[in-house]
Amino acid sequence: MTVLGLKVLVVDDEIAIQRFLRVALNGQGFIVSEAITGQAALQSITINRPDLVILDLGLPDMDGIEVTRRMREWSKVPIIILSVREQEDDKIAALDAGADDYLTKPFGMGELLARIRTVMRRQSNGNSEPVFSVGVLVVDLANRLVKIKEEEVQLTPTEYDILRSLVNNAGKVLTNHQLLKLVWGEGYDDLHILRVNVSNLRHKLEPDPSRPTYIHTEPGVGYRLKM
Amino acid sequence: MNPRPDPDELLKQLQAEEPSRGKLKIFLGYAAGVGKTFAMLEAAHQRQQQGVDVVIGYVETHDREDTEALVHGLEVLPLRQIDYREIKLPELNTDEVIKRHPELVLVDEFAHTNAPGSRHPKRYLDVEDILDAGIDVYTTLNVQHLESMNDVVAQVTGVVVRETVPDKVLDDASEIEVIDLPPDELLNRLKEGKVYVPEQAKRAIEKFFRKGNLSALREMSLRRAAERVDNQMRNYMRTRAIQGPWAVAERLLVCVSASPLSEKLVRTTRRLSDELNAEWFAVHVNLTSKPELNPANVERAAKTMQLAEELGARIRTLAGRSIPEAVLAYAKKHNVTKIVVGKPIRPRWMEMLSGSIVDQLIDTSGDIDIYVINEQPDLKPTKIPEELRPHQPYWRYILALGLVACVTIIGHFIHTRLEPVNLVMLYLVSTVAAAVYLGRGPALLTSVMSVLAFDFFLVPPYLTFAVSDTQYFITFIGLFLVSIVVSSLTARTQEQADAAIQREAHTSALYTLGRDLTSANDLKQVAEIVITHISEVFGRDVAIFLPENGKLKMFASTMDYTPDANEMAVATWSFEHDQPAGVGTDTLPAVSLRCQPLRTSRGQIGVLGIHPKEAGKFLSPDQRQTFNAFANQAALAVERASLAERARQAELLQATEKLQTALLNSISHDLRTPLVSITGALSSLREESLNINQEDRNSLLETAYGEAERLNRLVGNLLNMTRLEANAIHLRLEPSDIQDAIGAALDQLEERLGKKPIVVTIPEGLPLVSLDFALFGQALVNVIDNAVKYSPKDTQIDVDVTQTDKDISIQIKDRGIGIPEDDLDRVFDKFFRVSRPESVTGTGLGLAISKGIIEAQGGKIHAALREGGGTVITITLPKVK
Repeated sequence: MTVLGLKVLVVDDEIAIQRFLRVALNGQGFIVSEAITGQAALQSITINRPDLVILDLGLPDMDGIEVTRRMREWSKVPIIILSVREQEDDKIAALDAGADDYLTKPFGMGELLARIRTVMRRQSNGNSEPVFSVGVLVVDLANRLVKIKEEEVQLTPTEYDILRSLVNNAGKVLTNHQLLKLVWGEGYDDLHILRVNVSNLRHKLEPDPSRPTYIHTEPGVGYRLKM
Repeated sequence: MNPRPDPDELLKQLQAEEPSRGKLKIFLGYAAGVGKTFAMLEAAHQRQQQGVDVVIGYVETHDREDTEALVHGLEVLPLRQIDYREIKLPELNTDEVIKRHPELVLVDEFAHTNAPGSRHPKRYLDVEDILDAGIDVYTTLNVQHLESMNDVVAQVTGVVVRETVPDKVLDDASEIEVIDLPPDELLNRLKEGKVYVPEQAKRAIEKFFRKGNLSALREMSLRRAAERVDNQMRNYMRTRAIQGPWAVAERLLVCVSASPLSEKLVRTTRRLSDELNAEWFAVHVNLTSKPELNPANVERAAKTMQLAEELGARIRTLAGRSIPEAVLAYAKKHNVTKIVVGKPIRPRWMEMLSGSIVDQLIDTSGDIDIYVINEQPDLKPTKIPEELRPHQPYWRYILALGLVACVTIIGHFIHTRLEPVNLVMLYLVSTVAAAVYLGRGPALLTSVMSVLAFDFFLVPPYLTFAVSDTQYFITFIGLFLVSIVVSSLTARTQEQADAAIQREAHTSALYTLGRDLTSANDLKQVAEIVITHISEVFGRDVAIFLPENGKLKMFASTMDYTPDANEMAVATWSFEHDQPAGVGTDTLPAVSLRCQPLRTSRGQIGVLGIHPKEAGKFLSPDQRQTFNAFANQAALAVERASLAERARQAELLQATEKLQTALLNSISHDLRTPLVSITGALSSLREESLNINQEDRNSLLETAYGEAERLNRLVGNLLNMTRLEANAIHLRLEPSDIQDAIGAALDQLEERLGKKPIVVTIPEGLPLVSLDFALFGQALVNVIDNAVKYSPKDTQIDVDVTQTDKDISIQIKDRGIGIPEDDLDRVFDKFFRVSRPESVTGTGLGLAISKGIIEAQGGKIHAALREGGGTVITITLPKVK
């Protein structure tokens, strides 16, 4: 996947972080623009129309979650959150507000680039791909078929719905709340049933459910399908 | 007499001269109108001119002009108005005096009895408080108000003086000024109307103011003052080891019995001892063969002994088989020279039967003189308080009658077959039964009724008291005497048994209290135990007051009971003065809470209060004794607990200090080490002159990156620890899949695990557990990370999950070096690191955090040695929350 010429907006008030992100991202072929405040970031989005936003939550003028929410009011630009806040509540709030991914500082550049690639790939593919495959797992969305090593796996409708939601957002963390909403609809909030179904799904798909390879748990936040 | 200064005397002298306590000066007169108040005011003016800060606390001028004129120029403190039956009684305001804190305060009428509802029943006790506060007091007193003069005055003048002060206050006064006026002059003043005479008491007063009376009183006051001067002179000579003119020191001993007349004996002995300047003892003997059971008598004897102590006697209660023996043994041991006993008031024939104590004393006294004092029966009979009377409901008597009726009916049916004389046995049995079960009175009734019924119904001729055969009289007398003797013996045994049971109950209550207290390990538990026990034994509300920042506060009490402001005041007073207060004491008796200071060898530490559930129910003397014993036990326990608490706190403080030092050392070391590596690696890379090849560059970069990650982990751990300790962790409980949690933890550890084999065993159908998933994951990560760190690279780690009905256990087993057995519990301590191996780095926080997290969610974690080498960490989580 090429990122050459893609515009990325880095929003962070730490000059040192700005500097190494600029070096690394430039090295990858991104065109980097920078903002230090939330207001500047929102302006920059309207003016520069970036293809990707890397956003810190602790900004001098407003909270990053609020910035995310405002961007999402009219833009679908992928947002990756970088933050020192490691509490699950913050992650959930950011993801529920519409962020695509969340990375806790400090992070390795390799990790960030991997996340960027995932987000960009999903962005370019859209949700239109009818057949999803990772490793030996194949999910044929058009025909509602799930196969492991070419063998069909029988899933209950709920399990299938969960898998489909994860596939549609492959590589992205879906919060428990988002997943419940996608599968059971608005207003349904029974974590218990979600856990049981995910557990069942893993037993059917994963070679070792104790060390899952496809459906990863983001502790306290939600699930992510490997891609 | 030893010519050396007696150390005790010196000490007493010093105490009397002690500057912290105020000095008391008494203006002593022999009757109203001699000019005591006037003299006191004059003296006050003189002192004021000398620059002394003088105020009037209470002065009664009786509207006499010359006296009133003297009040002018002196500051008069406001009086306390006490509401009593809709009238206001002005009283000395002790608190105001102490607050104002002058150098000298005038308080008239030392022997005054305060209005009901005052703090103390007597004014002299208020004065004691003022003296204790370090304020000098001038006061006035008439000689007839002295306790030891009380009965003499009554004999001479026929007037019983009710307002008395103990003689001790006179002895303790720093100065006495006798205000003397010849009786003729006083009578003149009376005629001129210069002496205040209350209208209603005019005639009585006039009777009192007779020349003979006045002369006698005058002599008494002069003699009393002279005695005191004499005492002072002796004291002076004694402390300076001047050989005195006195003979061998006399020692007096007075025998106190439960008789109401013993009081007089005590007073007499006091006067005698004053005259002889002798030390004196008051002794009460408890007979082991015939213990005193009537609570009223016990109470009276205790009161008399208390009076003796107030009058200056050394008191002692002895136990012995006979009174003369016990008294003489004690007297000889203490070199007593004279024994004072009362003249027996029992009828002569009883003396002859049981032997006279006085005769026995005289026969066996040897060198000791025996003074026999005539005990005049007191005018007022001592009334036994209602609640102290033995409980004897009428039904017992009715039952006794029923018993006789039954025996008579049975006798009626069988008397044809038995000799009437044998029927007597049945009556005897019924008498014994009555004595055992119904008590003394009913048993006596049974005896009498038995004889009558036997005669009336069973001895021919029937249904008449007449007797055909005179030999039956022998039977009657025999039956009567035997049943009387048997019943009184049985009843006495029964009473003794009852008393023993009572004592036993008290002893066992004390014992259980003591036993329970040993198991208590903090102040709160001690308080709870004390309160539960006391409220159980006495059926009352109980409260414990302890000082907090110098102020007495209620620490604990029986449920639903909170002391009101008055009761708090009593407790505070009791604490500050280290004396019992409240109902049944001399201080604030109107308040229904009885307070006992909790006192130990290190001083008072609090107050124990007991409050009757119904008003007006007092503790009996027995109960009071038990209560005091409880208070002593409680004091010791409270002290022990507070000492333990203090020790614990000191220990904690020490531990905290140690911890802080360890923390600083550990943190500074652990934070710096990675920084050293990072800085070193980066600075090497920056230095162009170093000429590092690509391979080394990569290695340096790897080092810097690895160390940065380590630093990050350390900071994360420190943050978690801080949050845990500050209780700042907010649990987000959600239904969690244990398998999922283990998977997520292994996922997070992926990089650090590398190719290390990990085998997870999980049973089917494991229920979800309510957990903070993320935090629990963190705990698992720390435990597994530890297992990885402390075991050789290729060895396997097992994660086994098992479940029981109640909980789920997760065991993380490694094949590492293991933990020394002694350290198994300590591995979860902060900054604790098993001393080996050297290469392993860490802060020693990981397991501590895991423990904190798991315990916060209601789980448990512990470490054990694994069979075949290695360590097992077991995490147990309850299934239901």
